[in-house]
Amino acid sequence: MSTMPAVVAVHTFREAVRDRVLYNLIIFALMMIGGAILVGEISIGVQQMVIVNLGLSAISIFGIIMAIFIGVGLVHKEMEKRTLYSLLAKPIRRWEFLVGKFAGLLLTLLVNTALMTLGLTAALYYVSRTFERSEVAILVAVYFILLELALITALALFFSCFSSPLLSTLYTLGIYVAGVFALDIKGVGEYTQSPAMAAGARFVYYLLPNFHNFNVIAAAAHGETIPFTLIWHNTLYAALYVILILVAASAVFSGRNLK
Amino acid sequence: MTNAAIEIQGLTKDYPVGFWRKRMCRSLDYLTLRVEEGETFGFLGPNGAGKTTTMKLLMGLIFPTAGTARVRGRSIDDVRMHREIGYMPEQPYFYDYLTAGELLEYFARFFGYSAVERRERVTRFLELVGLTTASDVQLRKFSKGMLQRVGIAQAILHDPQVVFLDEPMSGLDPVGRREVRDVILNLKRQGRTVFFSTHILSDAEMLCDRVGVLVGGKLQGVGAPEELVSMEVLGMEILFEVRAGSAPPTSMAERATHTGNRYRIEVAEADLYSALEELRSCEARILSVAPLRPSLEDYFLKLVGREKALQPPTEMSLV
Repeated sequence: MSTMPAVVAVHTFREAVRDRVLYNLIIFALMMIGGAILVGEISIGVQQMVIVNLGLSAISIFGIIMAIFIGVGLVHKEMEKRTLYSLLAKPIRRWEFLVGKFAGLLLTLLVNTALMTLGLTAALYYVSRTFERSEVAILVAVYFILLELALITALALFFSCFSSPLLSTLYTLGIYVAGVFALDIKGVGEYTQSPAMAAGARFVYYLLPNFHNFNVIAAAAHGETIPFTLIWHNTLYAALYVILILVAASAVFSGRNLK
Repeated sequence: MTNAAIEIQGLTKDYPVGFWRKRMCRSLDYLTLRVEEGETFGFLGPNGAGKTTTMKLLMGLIFPTAGTARVRGRSIDDVRMHREIGYMPEQPYFYDYLTAGELLEYFARFFGYSAVERRERVTRFLELVGLTTASDVQLRKFSKGMLQRVGIAQAILHDPQVVFLDEPMSGLDPVGRREVRDVILNLKRQGRTVFFSTHILSDAEMLCDRVGVLVGGKLQGVGAPEELVSMEVLGMEILFEVRAGSAPPTSMAERATHTGNRYRIEVAEADLYSALEELRSCEARILSVAPLRPSLEDYFLKLVGREKALQPPTEMSLV
């Protein structure tokens, strides 16, 4: 098995750390501390729910912002600054470079998310002074956020292979928003009387990555158990989708003339 | 016949230009070239001649419209070819946030060296390009010349058999140029093949076994510098000195250039002896007499001038 992607991944992670990407953790920490103090004033039963909702939403939003804004520059920046010239003259295939870039950003997001989850756990402990079994649902919600981030990173990387960072941001964000409302798009099609509209909406529904299924923040906040079938279903879905997008990105990038 | 380090056969590259109505602009036109193992080959040409395009095609950074190329017998599409080559792009640029040592360490990882080997190589090659004291400095703080040296170090870090250098002397001060020349000479002594593009003809003349001149995407001439430059004598140059207060013969005064009482004049080969006789009769002191031969620069300028006179860069409509 090729070790080239791992070399690029570690380098990408180092680049992100040196670019002070993890500084967002400070804002997150301040949010958690502020949130914990604030909910101290609220009635006891709601404290945890508010903290979990606030924390998981922040983990998701911070992750999405990082995945999109770093992801769209992953390849474009290297092409623009021509750092790719020296790199691709080394014995590395273009798809190995892409997979390495993807894995590097995913590693960055993993570390970032893990640290934020620690912060959330600390805030929860601060308000309840105990760890509860329902917190397993929080970990599942965090895992789903990571799957969602993997998909967004792959999309951003794909667009980064052939368009500018601004356009790539718009495309990725557009697909993310449409993917969150994928079920509604299908629903709108079914409400119409036109079979063509219904078929079109169904096609869009199946084409778009369904981000709705990854959001279990409300369930986690209410301490509900997340079904195991949803866990493996989401894992498989994200893995397949990521592979498909990376294959498409590799096909585009492998045939591209560098300026 | 020796083995070919680089074999290029009919390599052609067209670029689309224009936004709405795309036309194709030919940047490299059926380049066919063979560079032998151990040869130092200079690729000469004015700006926009297609030198960088050729390098990028050979590195797989862009793809040819037509033609093929092989390096040490391997197709340029074969990733294994990259184990045997080193490449420094024109005006190299690297990751700002890395130090020179970290950059070389990163690139060394692609060749599967152990940690000990990587450290040893990084130290050795930084020393070779005179950057030992700057190994811990971030590349964002490097001057253009220092980046050029890092570029050379990363190109030869894995002891490649064939080294491609795109304008390695550009942007360097005289000391830097001398150091790069020494690196190339050292590679030559080790039997490596060096293929470099340059504008600096004196460097090509000094370093290259053969040169190729590319103009308007077409190879106009290939050969040893001394073969390309004709041995024909263009005229004779006489340097002479007259006594203080004296003047040179009136027939020469108009054509001669002088600094103080030292004069320089160019005469036809057939007129040399009569000119010397004239100088002797006015008691001038002859300092030197030398034939004027065309230089590589003259040859280069002649080709560039001829191509420009013939046609603008080749363009053709999109089929």
